[in-house]
Amino acid sequence: MSRELKFSQAINEALDICLTRDPNVYLIGLGVPDPKGIFGTTLGLQDKYGSDRVMDMPASENGMTGVVIGSALVGMRPIMTHQRMDFALLSLDQIVNQAANWYYMFGGKTSVPLVIRMLIGRGWGQGPQHSQSLQAWFSHVPGLKVVMPTTPYDAKGLLISSVEDNNPVIFIEHRWLYNLVDHVPEGVYRVPLGKARVAKEGKDVTIVATSYMTVESLRAAEILLKEGIMAEVIDVRSLKPLDDSLILDSVRKTGRLLVADTGWKSFGIGAEILARVAEEALTDLKSPPVRVALPDCPTPTSPALSRYYYPRLEHIISGVRKMFGLFDKEPFKPEGRTVPLDVPDKTFTGPF
Amino acid sequence: MTPKFLKELFCQMLRIRMVEEKIAELYPEQEMRCPVHLCIGQEAIAVGVCANLSRDDYVFSGHRSHGHYLAKGGDLKAMMAELYGKETGCSKGKGGSMHLVDLSAGFLGATPIVGSTIPIAVGAAFGTMMRGERRVTAVFFGEAAIEEGVFHESINFAVLKKLPVVFICENNLYSVYSPLSVRQPGCREVFELALGHGVASYQGDGNDLFDVYNLAKSAVRRAQQGDSPTFLEFKTYRWREHCGPNYDNDLDYRTESEFQGWKKRCPVEKLKKHLVKESIFNAHDIEAMSEKVQKEIGEAVAFAQKSPFPEESRLMKNIYA
Repeated sequence: MSRELKFSQAINEALDICLTRDPNVYLIGLGVPDPKGIFGTTLGLQDKYGSDRVMDMPASENGMTGVVIGSALVGMRPIMTHQRMDFALLSLDQIVNQAANWYYMFGGKTSVPLVIRMLIGRGWGQGPQHSQSLQAWFSHVPGLKVVMPTTPYDAKGLLISSVEDNNPVIFIEHRWLYNLVDHVPEGVYRVPLGKARVAKEGKDVTIVATSYMTVESLRAAEILLKEGIMAEVIDVRSLKPLDDSLILDSVRKTGRLLVADTGWKSFGIGAEILARVAEEALTDLKSPPVRVALPDCPTPTSPALSRYYYPRLEHIISGVRKMFGLFDKEPFKPEGRTVPLDVPDKTFTGPF
Repeated sequence: MTPKFLKELFCQMLRIRMVEEKIAELYPEQEMRCPVHLCIGQEAIAVGVCANLSRDDYVFSGHRSHGHYLAKGGDLKAMMAELYGKETGCSKGKGGSMHLVDLSAGFLGATPIVGSTIPIAVGAAFGTMMRGERRVTAVFFGEAAIEEGVFHESINFAVLKKLPVVFICENNLYSVYSPLSVRQPGCREVFELALGHGVASYQGDGNDLFDVYNLAKSAVRRAQQGDSPTFLEFKTYRWREHCGPNYDNDLDYRTESEFQGWKKRCPVEKLKKHLVKESIFNAHDIEAMSEKVQKEIGEAVAFAQKSPFPEESRLMKNIYA
């Protein structure tokens, strides 16, 4: 019988496995050993491995990122966690100037094996400084790898691969995925970095999605199917390196492309994927491609405004319809939605 | 310190001085095509600190790192080749003067973002402690680095964990052209700021090898015993421009008389006088030593000049391990 785990439990299990398998692995971050354990992802690990391997830290994001880099240079394999990606911005000097460049600028002498978990999210008033999705920034920088799992299976397999990787890896987790349940095998398995996944096969349009937007895209695909449109949904999983070939093969098959990302539209993931498709497969496109992403404004807190801010399945559906010339049809309105738009499911009642 | 050891330390200081002077001499040829930050006038700090470290100990540095690299035992040929952008350089030509490294000498890296190697050095010390290794990590930086937030974050963590690390602040009074007076309040000394973090903190004469050596000796011992990190401030002065081979007192950001005052306190001359006075060696010995060093430098420059440039195929290599 297949065993099912939540996304948060899958992360917890991956961390547990990494700590067991390699004595040089350690976890560090504000609140890592606290009673809530980073949404459950680090719960129980300090009890099992001790405070020398699972530890809190001073509120010094930049300095502590330098500290984990230095420890990595002498043989450790740190896993650092930021409860919000926004806080990691304090450490951009160490991530970009130092960790990303280190291997190259010293001629390949020493690399920085380091995983930095950054949590993103949406809704529930997270507002301008608690929900930003800045994966495009990190993906811009040579020397970094950037990973965004969607399923619990991939979360575990990608995290193990990231910890075993000899480079700095930005591992981005969406909080709305934490309660997602999936088959997760016991023990060690790896999902390779740089490989996308076909989450649903189709022939009429390619929807390339990141993280939580894969969930919305799969929902959209179900509804589009009722309209006779078979969408192929690709879960990118790794942004850097990006699995160009899987995306291009799909676009060459379907002739249509929509990219759904959790970040901002301008200069974002959608822009990059559209550009790559334009460079390699423009003549295969039957219609202009579409980006579904955040509008170019800071994140508003009020639930009234956030409903206009966060893209959802209806935006994906509208985008696909547009590619099929179905402009005049009534915009899609989900029927019978009882869950408010600013929470992932009914069980979520705040406070963060 | 035995006469032999003193002679060795003097030789290292002289070697750093002569290497820097050779770079200044050759720089106008436009073949070293990267910024260089020469440490002429500051040699005693590099030598006095590193004389207390073993090869297994670690050192990190910032933009003005030639002296630290050489004093820790970094390979001279690989350094010169790096300045010339050659494949045989210590960073294969990808780093230049501001990114020196020699792992076999325990010189783990220098980078020019002010203060940025301070947390990395603290992390190396943290890593060695977690791995149960008995090593000391030293990090060199200028007095402007203590104006960076990351310095305070790093020293706080080092004290919290009692890490085996020595912070060496070379206070040469200027950050590029900006004097200390426009950057830090005059009501306290640099080393006193570190005291507030609960770290053992001392101030010394950076142009006096003995002062540097003795303070560093206690600091390294403290680190080895696991008692506390140490912050050492050494007052000193860079003779030439912030970046480049020239003198720049004509720019009027500092006075000629201030420079001449510091030049009279030349760390190399000061030690030389002491050694001659104590009859540890004579003028002839110094000349012989100087000739030997000049020959070594000549060979390193020739090696660098003759070495091949990295090929196009190297551009996209070493991005990921």
